[in-house]
Amino acid sequence: MSLLPSVGQPVSRLEGQLKVTGRAQYAADYSIPGLVYGYVINSTVTKGKIQRIDTTKAMSLPGVIQIFSHVKRPSLAWFNLQYADMDAPPGSPFRPLQDNKIIYNGQPIGLVVAETFELARYAATLVEVEYEQEAFDTDLNANLSNARTPKIGMATMLKPPPPRPKGNFEKAFSESLVQVSAEYYHGTEHHNPLELFATTTVYEGAGKVTIYDKTQGTVNSQLYVANIFGLKYKNVRVIAPYVGGAFGSGLRPQYQLFLSVMAALELKRPVLVTLDRSQMFTFGHRPPTIQRTRFGADANGRVTAMNHAAIGETSRFEDYTEVVVNWSHMLYPADNTLMQYKLVELDVFSPLDMRAPGGVTGMHAIESTMDELSYQLKIDPLQLRLINYAEKDESLNRPYSSKELRACYVQGAARFGWEHRNPEPRSMRRGNKLVGYGMATGIWEANTLPARAEAIMTTDGKLHVNSAVTDIGTGTLTVMAQIAADELGLPIQDVTFSYGDSKKPFAPVQGGSFTVSTVGSAIKTAGKALRKKLLRIAGKVGDGVFKKLELDDVLFENGRIALKNDPLTSISFVDIVAANDGNPVKVIKFSVPNVLKLKKYSRAAHSAAFVEVEVDEELGVINVTRAVTAVAAGTIINPKTARSQILGGMVWGISKALREETISDHHFGKYMNQNLGEYHIPVHADIHDLDVIFVEEKDDIVNALGAKGVGEIGLIGMPPAISNAICHATGKRINHLPIHFDNLL
Amino acid sequence: MITDYPYKQTESSTDFTPRPITLHINNAPVQLEVLPWVSLLDGLRDYAGLTGTKKGCDHGQCGACTVICDGDRILSCLTLAVMKDGSDITTIEGIAHEGVLHPLQKAFIEHDAFQCGYCTPGQICSAIGMFQEGKAKTRDEVKELMSGNLCRCGANTNIIDAIMEVKAQMSHE
Amino acid sequence: MNNFSYIKAASVQAAIDQSTAGFNVKYIAGGTNLIDLMKYNLTRADTLVDVNRVQENKDIIEMENGGLRLSAFATNAQTAYNPLIERRYPLLSRAILAGASAQIRNMATNGGNLLQRTRCYYFYDANVPCNKREPGSGCAAIAGYNRIMAILGTSESCIAVFPSDMCIALAALEAIVNVEGPEGSRSIPFADFHRLPGDTPHLDNNIGQDEIITSIDLPAKGFSKNYSYLKLRDRNSYAFALVSVASGLDLDGDVIREARIALGGVAHKPWRVEEAEDFLRGKPANQSNFRQAAEMILKGATGYRHNEFKIELAKRAIVRNCMMALNPATQLPGAQPSV
Repeated sequence: MSLLPSVGQPVSRLEGQLKVTGRAQYAADYSIPGLVYGYVINSTVTKGKIQRIDTTKAMSLPGVIQIFSHVKRPSLAWFNLQYADMDAPPGSPFRPLQDNKIIYNGQPIGLVVAETFELARYAATLVEVEYEQEAFDTDLNANLSNARTPKIGMATMLKPPPPRPKGNFEKAFSESLVQVSAEYYHGTEHHNPLELFATTTVYEGAGKVTIYDKTQGTVNSQLYVANIFGLKYKNVRVIAPYVGGAFGSGLRPQYQLFLSVMAALELKRPVLVTLDRSQMFTFGHRPPTIQRTRFGADANGRVTAMNHAAIGETSRFEDYTEVVVNWSHMLYPADNTLMQYKLVELDVFSPLDMRAPGGVTGMHAIESTMDELSYQLKIDPLQLRLINYAEKDESLNRPYSSKELRACYVQGAARFGWEHRNPEPRSMRRGNKLVGYGMATGIWEANTLPARAEAIMTTDGKLHVNSAVTDIGTGTLTVMAQIAADELGLPIQDVTFSYGDSKKPFAPVQGGSFTVSTVGSAIKTAGKALRKKLLRIAGKVGDGVFKKLELDDVLFENGRIALKNDPLTSISFVDIVAANDGNPVKVIKFSVPNVLKLKKYSRAAHSAAFVEVEVDEELGVINVTRAVTAVAAGTIINPKTARSQILGGMVWGISKALREETISDHHFGKYMNQNLGEYHIPVHADIHDLDVIFVEEKDDIVNALGAKGVGEIGLIGMPPAISNAICHATGKRINHLPIHFDNLL
Repeated sequence: MITDYPYKQTESSTDFTPRPITLHINNAPVQLEVLPWVSLLDGLRDYAGLTGTKKGCDHGQCGACTVICDGDRILSCLTLAVMKDGSDITTIEGIAHEGVLHPLQKAFIEHDAFQCGYCTPGQICSAIGMFQEGKAKTRDEVKELMSGNLCRCGANTNIIDAIMEVKAQMSHE
Repeated sequence: MNNFSYIKAASVQAAIDQSTAGFNVKYIAGGTNLIDLMKYNLTRADTLVDVNRVQENKDIIEMENGGLRLSAFATNAQTAYNPLIERRYPLLSRAILAGASAQIRNMATNGGNLLQRTRCYYFYDANVPCNKREPGSGCAAIAGYNRIMAILGTSESCIAVFPSDMCIALAALEAIVNVEGPEGSRSIPFADFHRLPGDTPHLDNNIGQDEIITSIDLPAKGFSKNYSYLKLRDRNSYAFALVSVASGLDLDGDVIREARIALGGVAHKPWRVEEAEDFLRGKPANQSNFRQAAEMILKGATGYRHNEFKIELAKRAIVRNCMMALNPATQLPGAQPSV
């Protein structure tokens, strides 16, 4: 009997037991003999220069080992390029402790290293710093007149600039029967993974370090460290098997990595640097963004003109960009479009991709505008989407590799009960509460990057697969094991996957919903190469039955290779490895996406989100009582972990629409709620009935797995679906997020 | 008690001599040498080497450090190790017995009630503490009484599903 | 957090002796706010005197006047779930359970609850002006992001809010705070326990440096039939109140014999206006009377740039909560709005 394929099965997370027993080790969980603790000192001013830094008192405490600062540090690489990581935007990367200049509030300016955490933290309070302050600007709203076009750089490849204008927007808009224009404001947000950023660096002697880092890219951290500290790549090993959430915050090496490695190299001791929660607000964030949309439609509901303009925040030193305005024309085939995107430089740290960067921002504006159009046109919001359904990507004039968005609309609406929606705002009630239904579309690009993977058949006939990739909670370990199992026709119990280690074959940073596609493809490629190699070795065994056969001539199942036309003639993997002089059979393969083929198509996951809200109008209290998200993302490798990704995205959507915001005080140029008590992410009591549908979608183009990532898509449709539902419930359209009580009073 | 004025620039104690304390962690006495400023959380992690208990905020705002102390679920970050001298403490490492997972641990795996896994030790200890309190009857009450444990991955519905399943099993017993 | 000495006190008197003998001594009970503040280096102590082992009775005592005496050293959870409190002072129980999280309620003590410090962003950031933290430095909240700040009883020095839920119920119940100190013991009516900021916002309350809260007396009248606690906040649980209301009604049919209404999240102390409660006496329990009382309670309220909304929100919350008090059975977990 042949085994059921592992892909498609709701396999429970393979690391589950370790996670529920507290044995999964995160970056700060390594008890290393002689470990010393670093505590970071941050600038208390926003801009200026450090005039004096006095460490005398702190250094006099017994147990304080060293206090690093710009005046007390090893000489470092000074080329900007050497600080550039794989995800660096165009510009000049931040260089910790480089000089006395302060360029943002909370900038790390020193590191106390002491025998205990408590002592390091206390000593940090005794370090006296004097500053010469300079005027600064941190307010996006007050600086819109300085908006400019972003610089182009390497990162632009994955973040294309807005598509070219098409037709004549102004004319078409002014001639439209129905016109909607609106402004949208999104505030700053911080990723706030629950794990604090931490790095444990073990100095191994002779210019060699082993680093336990919180990162979304072990190789990215490895290259960064090697470049800056002038170490050989092979002497820098970065290990990160368990990452306590990241959501983009680990796409770039953060300053605790730099400080931990610097201290370990200087002191020749193992050093753990953990940021505290307030320090988690002193690096990348989702930038505040201001958007304006103007959509025009004809009497039939056809959108004829679309203008979407966005201005985002960036730092003075890098041009961080997001794809905010490119989405509407991928979804709606208007003949006249004008898309604009600009940046304003402010005295803040560079923004950083945060779950569904740009997409969740832009789609909120686009889908709210579509909703408003539906009221003006008196057409059901879902019907309006169907009227304007794009069979191809009009923005680039190319077909989709697959697009089952229509099925998302239909199945999502049916599961949700959209037909029960009374189109009239304020018409639906439950007790003393207003009830509103809202829906929105989601879209996220399905990218693939190059990666390597190693596959090894062991002497006991088991498969071992290796990649440097991390698993930030997405389920990477489990789905990679599933993919590998199917390649060799083995049960998943016979597969192990080693990951989260820069020593393993190269993988890019984990993010952008491209990990399954990227690393999964590499594993598939390596698996196929391993099959070939096993078959070739099998050909040398015994009477040569398997000699000169092709993969098509045989079956790989139940730990054996069998003839397709005579399945009883077979040879076990164990025997093949034995025939390989008893050496495990290994292959390493590099998998590169077929760019020539891929660029003929637009590739994207789609979703339709349906939301019910209850609004206690008198008091402004809003609850998302239930939501359904239907997703088209190609092959779903693991329905259990993929569903969790979508659920997580939906919770993020609720949070973005109704809960989280970083509060700034521009008088001081700083964030004021740098803690989890006042930075409100949802609690259990906020989350009610959530449902997920995966619609069937076959895609032979996107990659060999036919799979699109699901890390972002669950989030994207939710904020507009929620604000549309609030509008349906109350008649009030609120275009800035998050929506609080006060907005409804 | 903590009114802080007139603000006194204190000469901090220069006595850095640790004191011995005994914590009964997961049914075994553990002797530690700690200064008073060591939180119970850091005492468990840095001094007792039990890193299953997690630090997510260190200020009582996330629940990741939840342990069960003398029968009650508490936040180990907001108490001092010296204050718990002689106490019985159960951490996530002590929830399974002789390698057999607690039903809630099994339910967490089955319901995929975690993604990154960082809040998980706190969620599990907190839910077990909640079971012992016996105050949560309905799903809404469970959600309210579990709201001291944040999950940034958004596994909320799966976490509550896992807890409700085990709660139902317990009421049948 | 600075280095400090740590002493366990076996009795209240021993704790007071330790406090008066030392320099900058603080009592620690639950520690849920003190350790938080010490970690931020916003509060320092040379010595912490642990009062958790104080031998005095932590149980609830029935008093001759028909009231109850709560130990200051009992935890919030022990108090909220005590059957006597649940039966006779359910308003207090509900208010306690609306605060913090289950874990924190298992640690925080009743005495500590009264002494918790504000959650004003500017108080918690040592690098911006705050008269409460550093007298004379100014109040950055007035011109800053003041959405969570006070609208009643503010001063030019401070617009911070007192964050407790429990104390809002204690104010409505007219509790009495018993303290002991080097000069002996005294009892402070709840309304006089906390202070308005005036020009001394660094003083949250009227307890002396070495004094210690030993117990809290609840008068006989518990409003156990008609009560409600409503808490409005930026998420459904585990967040501080933007506005909260404790209502206790004593009804004769649908006529109000006595009403108590206290507001949280709006001032430097629990806010009560006796004039409004007097107004309700003898009147039917209905929306319009509650609205008139609400207008009286909010008289003189001043909004700042970001918290103007609290004035109307508080009025509506008062009306809703008094209506909820008419039918306590409909109340939801987490002090959510119902009815």
